[in-house]
Amino acid sequence: MLKKFLDSFFFYSFIRDPVAVGSFLILAILFIAGFGAPVVAPHNPYDTTTIDIMDSELPPFWTSGSDDRFILGTDSQGRDMLSTMLYGMRVSILIGLGAVALQALLGITIGLIAGYKGGRFEAFLMRIADVQLSFSTYMVAIFFGALFQAAFGMGLYEDFAIPMLIIIIGFAEWPQYARTVRASVLGEKKKEYVEAARIIGLPSTRIMWRQILPNTLTPVLVISTVQVANAIMSEAALSFIGLGMPVTRPSLGSLIKVGFDYIFSGSWWITLFPGIALVILILSINLLGDWLRDFLNPKLYKG
Amino acid sequence: MDRLLDVKNLTVKFALRRASLTAVNNVSFSLKKSERMGLVGESGAGKSVTGFSLINLISKPGYIDSGSIFFEGRKLIGLSDEEMRHIRGNHITMIFQDPMMTLNPVLTIGTQMVETLKAHGNDSTSKAEATAIDKLRQVQIPSPEKRLKQYPHEFSGGMRQRIVIAIALLTDPALIIADEPTTALDVTIQAEIMDLLITLCDSSRMGLLLITHDLGVVSEVTEKMAVMYAGKIVESGPTRSVINQPSHPYTRGLVKAIPGNIPPGDPLYQIPGMMPTLTDIPAGCSFHPRCAYAGKVCTTETPELISVTNKQSEAACHMISGRLPESDIGSLALHREPKPHSGELMA
Repeated sequence: MLKKFLDSFFFYSFIRDPVAVGSFLILAILFIAGFGAPVVAPHNPYDTTTIDIMDSELPPFWTSGSDDRFILGTDSQGRDMLSTMLYGMRVSILIGLGAVALQALLGITIGLIAGYKGGRFEAFLMRIADVQLSFSTYMVAIFFGALFQAAFGMGLYEDFAIPMLIIIIGFAEWPQYARTVRASVLGEKKKEYVEAARIIGLPSTRIMWRQILPNTLTPVLVISTVQVANAIMSEAALSFIGLGMPVTRPSLGSLIKVGFDYIFSGSWWITLFPGIALVILILSINLLGDWLRDFLNPKLYKG
Repeated sequence: MDRLLDVKNLTVKFALRRASLTAVNNVSFSLKKSERMGLVGESGAGKSVTGFSLINLISKPGYIDSGSIFFEGRKLIGLSDEEMRHIRGNHITMIFQDPMMTLNPVLTIGTQMVETLKAHGNDSTSKAEATAIDKLRQVQIPSPEKRLKQYPHEFSGGMRQRIVIAIALLTDPALIIADEPTTALDVTIQAEIMDLLITLCDSSRMGLLLITHDLGVVSEVTEKMAVMYAGKIVESGPTRSVINQPSHPYTRGLVKAIPGNIPPGDPLYQIPGMMPTLTDIPAGCSFHPRCAYAGKVCTTETPELISVTNKQSEAACHMISGRLPESDIGSLALHREPKPHSGELMA
């Protein structure tokens, strides 16, 4: 299995593209650091007993007045920036992947059924998608976030912020998948292998999921990378305007927001480091997605 | 009862916005168990539509207007979708022209075969795989165990058509409809595939409905045949007598047009004109604008299929029924150019 993978053209063209390898390595490091935060991080920012307010707003190690315990300084509450960022990255990645999984589940199912069944049913589903697309993600998120906070109070909101953000971002962006999948299904269902499948008497659900879907996965794979980056950015933006992760369980976005308040008092590191981390994360995902798109586009091989 | 298939007065129409076009007009034929029949005609004669209507898979806006189809004594028209799905694949299967297109490019051969078996029964995967290997061996694919794990692009055209046949055989159907199964293959492979089909039909007592425009293939493979023109059967009977002594002028033209029948150096024969499109089928006998024997009665009256004296075949021509007076034969022939046609409506 491993040997087959190492022999494949996929691996061959990956290993010969320095940008792809580089961004993959960076992404791998970020993922490992994020998900391994409890092990990797020098401090636990969630543990209030280890936090001392006297350590607040310490600068990073190369500036005067820094403390050796905090390599990248501390934030306004005295939490270690590096540890907080690692934990925050975990939250960001989790929300990004979760939201995309939800988008894909909804979008692929709806797109597949709409494309295959056709007719009024298709028109109905795709108009719903259009309506959904005409609401901006942020508008939906603001609306539901505010509703949730009003209904259940801030305490419960903090506990359920991650699943809520996943659901909000997932619901806001599923039409991307639905449209992509529907477009490919429309092309695929006219092909003879689908007709052949009907002739040998396969039921239509089986034709949809087992015969057509695998043929539409290429564009799905490509938009998935873009969508993960988008979802992480959406989360950061929502957190930045105060509708995302609460400060007690910060994501990269809420860290940037918190630090933003201290920029003018000279504590630039509180907002800059999470910002850089976010940019690197998004950039490496996008570069990897670019490579994947080029790899999966057979038109680029010839000529 | 050794009747396999009985098609009576089948009429298939296509509903367009303005009018409905008759693609298959009052077609009747029957097939005994393990009998092989050929359906020949030019492109657009309605051969494929006839084939598709047997398994109730005419694509919209086509529909079966009237007539009846009995398969092993069971009425096929009016079955529910689920019952029809059970018939398709289980009892009747179809093989297409282009094996490049009929296999799913992203699934292995094994997956596709196992899927088919699972859709028609609750076979376990290992049992289904064993059946698949067995069928691949029957179509003479070497080392089928290994081949099962390969994708369609790893096979040559002839092998793919064998695999398509193997998939059709999976459920041991009683009837195979082969829609120009060898058109996309080169001649040597063509002969191999046809031989294979004959062997398989004989060994498992399968009926074969061979849809083609290749008279050579029909004469090699089939016992009986029907010639279609503009949606109608114009001549039918035992293959040997239809090809050796064609009665209908159209069949005569087709046989004459086989390159082997013409001395080297002579120009090849072709039937003048084009088949009419479904939008403007001529009145009377639809072949009369191209017929060298056409007379007055041909332009007004539609000939019925009647048995030809001294032969086992049937033909639909006024010369055979005697309605066309001998003095009138050929009086209208080639007097006018057939109308130019606005393009083919059906493939």
